[in-house]
Amino acid sequence: MLRIACPYCGRRAQAEFVFERALDAILPLDETPVAAVEHLFARDNPKGWSWELWRHTAGCGAWLKLHRHTVTHQIAAVETLGASAQDAGE
Amino acid sequence: MKRYSTLGLLKAGLSGHRDWPRAWRDPEPRSRYDIVVIGGGGHGLATAYYLARQHGIGSVAVLERGWIGGGNTGRNTTIVRSNYRQPQLQRLLEYSLKLWEGMTQELNYNVMFSQRGAVFLGHSDSDMTRLAERGDALRAHGIDAELMTRAEVARLIPVLDMSPDARFPVQGGLIQRRGGTARHDAVAWGYARAADALGVDIIQNCEVTGFSIRGGRVEGVETTRGTIGADRVGICVAGHSGQVAGLAGLKLPIESHLLQAFVSEPIKPMIDTVIMSQSIHCYISQSDKGEIVLGGDPDLYPTYSQRGVPMRLEEVASQAIALVPALSRLRMLRSWAGTTDMSFDGSPIIGDTPIEGLYLNGGWCYGGFKATPGSGRLFAHHLAGGEAHEIAAPFALDRFARGATIDETGAGPKAQDR
Repeated sequence: MLRIACPYCGRRAQAEFVFERALDAILPLDETPVAAVEHLFARDNPKGWSWELWRHTAGCGAWLKLHRHTVTHQIAAVETLGASAQDAGE
Repeated sequence: MKRYSTLGLLKAGLSGHRDWPRAWRDPEPRSRYDIVVIGGGGHGLATAYYLARQHGIGSVAVLERGWIGGGNTGRNTTIVRSNYRQPQLQRLLEYSLKLWEGMTQELNYNVMFSQRGAVFLGHSDSDMTRLAERGDALRAHGIDAELMTRAEVARLIPVLDMSPDARFPVQGGLIQRRGGTARHDAVAWGYARAADALGVDIIQNCEVTGFSIRGGRVEGVETTRGTIGADRVGICVAGHSGQVAGLAGLKLPIESHLLQAFVSEPIKPMIDTVIMSQSIHCYISQSDKGEIVLGGDPDLYPTYSQRGVPMRLEEVASQAIALVPALSRLRMLRSWAGTTDMSFDGSPIIGDTPIEGLYLNGGWCYGGFKATPGSGRLFAHHLAGGEAHEIAAPFALDRFARGATIDETGAGPKAQDR
């Protein structure tokens, strides 16, 4: 099981977190239809390092950016998103 | 090919089973083939077999990175059924189920296909409504389905917890009596042996590392055992479809996740059907060796590791024990995991790619084993003639851009969890 270091809560078991999507699957709202389809459906699906969006659902609820290896399961970085990133620094 | 028979078995037994010929050759790759199939799992081997058998194409190679049947073909829970809800999937899997019914005879190889029935349990009024609706849809398409009462389910599966305080009370069920299980390794070996006898080269320890593409048309593959030319190339590597298609510069609507399964120590026969549920995600069956075979949800995050998280085993075991309390006395023997192509509508992707001569058969999520013969035969049709078979046509890669997804669970554009 992964142990994910939530910037707010510390290291917690994977059971508290939910994988949401790979970061290349974030759909900007002003995309053209062709680019939107690409973002919705096409994936790099890397075998190796990947940036992903996770949520600490059964903890503080924060959305987190993980830099994670899809074979070794090593986690190189856990970052907060947007405005909440400032809270984490306080 | 030396045909297997009861008499042959008896004769070989008299000489201590020392003189069996090898079941398929181990050839060096030639410099070119008419058709190259990447992936020596059940789907790739079946594709090669039907190319030779149905379409008379003998110049076919199957390239396998490791050993045949060593990926998801040997890692599933061996369940075969066709009782899906979407009509496109019903046609595909019923086509496949009919091929399962003749497979042992056709291949002269005992795949131990056992039509012991596959039961979905219903635990609530809404479950029973959904099961009745699914059963009606199946029968309307000529597929067998019988709604069962609580008493009928109790008679069929006496080990279920039918007590008043059961965690998952059973109201009834829906059975497909033609569903069941098969021996998954034998499916790979049977297709390999039959394809080899028809002249197909099965080349193991041969990883594809790139494609030769000129003017938007594939001309062959680069491998760890040299360059191999081909007029047409089929990708049958579910779990790694994104990786292999990526070598040709393609991005697919697929994420690679992981599905676990585990088995108990072998015990005397106690479950002679396949138990599934409309509400919870837990499959229970018993192998011919006597092991209780358990499976459930995938791990729900991208990974190629073939190592599952223990929390999923805990969840599946707790559900299985709640359904069949006697299982709590069993010791688990081993667990394993396979890397699965999770497509974004839960359905497979079969057909053309934007590169001429390059075709894809993947995206099987965690339901590919049951489709093995149908998938192989329909993909062979496409590779041989360049056109999709009408049953496979709805599963084209461009369906996502056209908005024509085949969404069994209605979950939208993400990897499906059920």
